Amino acid sequence: MGAGHAHGASRSVSDGLYLPGDTPLHRLPAEVKLVGLLAFVITVVATSREQAWAFGVYGLLLLGLVALTRLRPGTVLRRMVIEVPFLVFAVLLPFVALGERVDVLGLQLSVDGLLGGFNILAKGTLGVLAAILLSATTTPRDLIVGLQRLRVPALFVTILSFMVRYLDVVVDDMRRMALARAARGFEARHLGHVPVVAKAAGALFIRSYERGERVHLAMVSRGFTGTMPQLSAPVPTSRQWALVSLAWMVVASVAVTAAVAGDRTAWLVMAG
Amino acid sequence: MSDVSRHAQDLERPDAAPPGPTAALELRGVAFAYPDGHQALFGVDLIVRQGERVAVLGPNGAGKTTLLLHLNGILGQAAGSNAVGTVHVGGVEVSKATLGEVRRRVGLVFQDPDDQLFMPTVRDDVAFGPTNLGLRGAELEARVDEALDAVGMRALGDRPPHHLSFGQRRRVAVSTVLAMHCDVLVLDEPSSNLDPASRRELLDVLSALPVTVVVVTHDLPFALELCERSVVLDAGSVVHDAHTLEILQDPGLLARHRLELPVGFDPAAVVPRGRARPSPSIP
Repeated sequence: MGAGHAHGASRSVSDGLYLPGDTPLHRLPAEVKLVGLLAFVITVVATSREQAWAFGVYGLLLLGLVALTRLRPGTVLRRMVIEVPFLVFAVLLPFVALGERVDVLGLQLSVDGLLGGFNILAKGTLGVLAAILLSATTTPRDLIVGLQRLRVPALFVTILSFMVRYLDVVVDDMRRMALARAARGFEARHLGHVPVVAKAAGALFIRSYERGERVHLAMVSRGFTGTMPQLSAPVPTSRQWALVSLAWMVVASVAVTAAVAGDRTAWLVMAG
Repeated sequence: MSDVSRHAQDLERPDAAPPGPTAALELRGVAFAYPDGHQALFGVDLIVRQGERVAVLGPNGAGKTTLLLHLNGILGQAAGSNAVGTVHVGGVEVSKATLGEVRRRVGLVFQDPDDQLFMPTVRDDVAFGPTNLGLRGAELEARVDEALDAVGMRALGDRPPHHLSFGQRRRVAVSTVLAMHCDVLVLDEPSSNLDPASRRELLDVLSALPVTVVVVTHDLPFALELCERSVVLDAGSVVHDAHTLEILQDPGLLARHRLELPVGFDPAAVVPRGRARPSPSIP
């Protein structure tokens, strides 16, 4: 029971990364944003790593969108921290990769590794930035609506929707259990304490499982027969689809130009 | 006291008056044993008339929640379990064939609103039942608005449930079943975990609803204020069925069934809530 968890309007785990606002990107229905994000990421990934300028153009386009949504640069940078583990790998690559070497500030670095590292850095950063734009302008509920409309398998969407709804409830359960342990003098200090925490995790699982059974009863009581209803939300206009298609065409033309430029360079190298 | 005896005379006992086809709920010899062998109900007979508000009182483990789950066919004949006895809802026998209709007629409100509210927002949740009934579009929106208005929660419709207070969540839980235009509202421990103000707000909401209400509760003052009639359930049987005030003024009866009034509480001083007049908002 959660007698004590009246949150008022405070933020909680299942609010996701959404930041309220009223900008064109906020108003765009989730399915349009999801399709746009996917198309953008695929195009970026398909762009040749030798054409560094193309990634600069992609970056500028995304920064334009960040400005449009009025996200604070500090917030965006903080959220990009999630990328750091991948960056470590990108930084290591020039040192460990094999092949032709080049001298940079007295260090013998692999050319292939430098390009590979740049590839990960550029494509990863662009992908993360685009995902931040989506998550900051779309509520978890709208994301669920978007996935439903994009015909993502119903079971997957249902699981996601229950996760959004019950994450807070389970986290609250977990906090109360940790508090109850702490109140009786428990403090996890060494590996010997693992069984205590493991038992708590087991208890949490059983509690959540039992809640699942009660939720199912409540659903069945209101006529649930196996399919979740389609949630209602504004349907994207053809103008909104056109807008996103147009934006993607700009991105795609950068990718095509980069590919043509790459071909010409390769041809020149071969001819030379 | 004269008022009490008059009510008691008005009260039709199940054995005194056989019900017409219009009884909101009619249970005959309902017995139930859980698969582990625990016998929860031993032949319960209960008749609830249209528009009546009845409290089911009893100690923990008396079988109250098991009884509730029979009212919309989650347990009992319709579930195909080893159940005995029949349940009729508005004259319709609860069986596999009638489950859909029975679940529309009987709105079950569970004890923990976090179990009842499982959709992303309040509106989505209230729309869940009517959607399963086949409502769409403007008709669905109107139904949702009407149900939220009945509990005074329309303004918070777009909030996720975890952004509501506990009392607000319980009121939304009530509106999720009102949206199905249920004839019988069945609530499991509706006043548990509510602060006094939320408890009174819930009483205001429930007493204004023109539907039949069955409430399972330990909260005897709550039962007295809301329900003219109470049924005492103990060890799986109905042991007493009378006017609520009459039961609450019988200390011996209360003590025998582990029921207790708050210290210093005088049942006679409570003015019971009047009957709700059918309002245009909930037909």
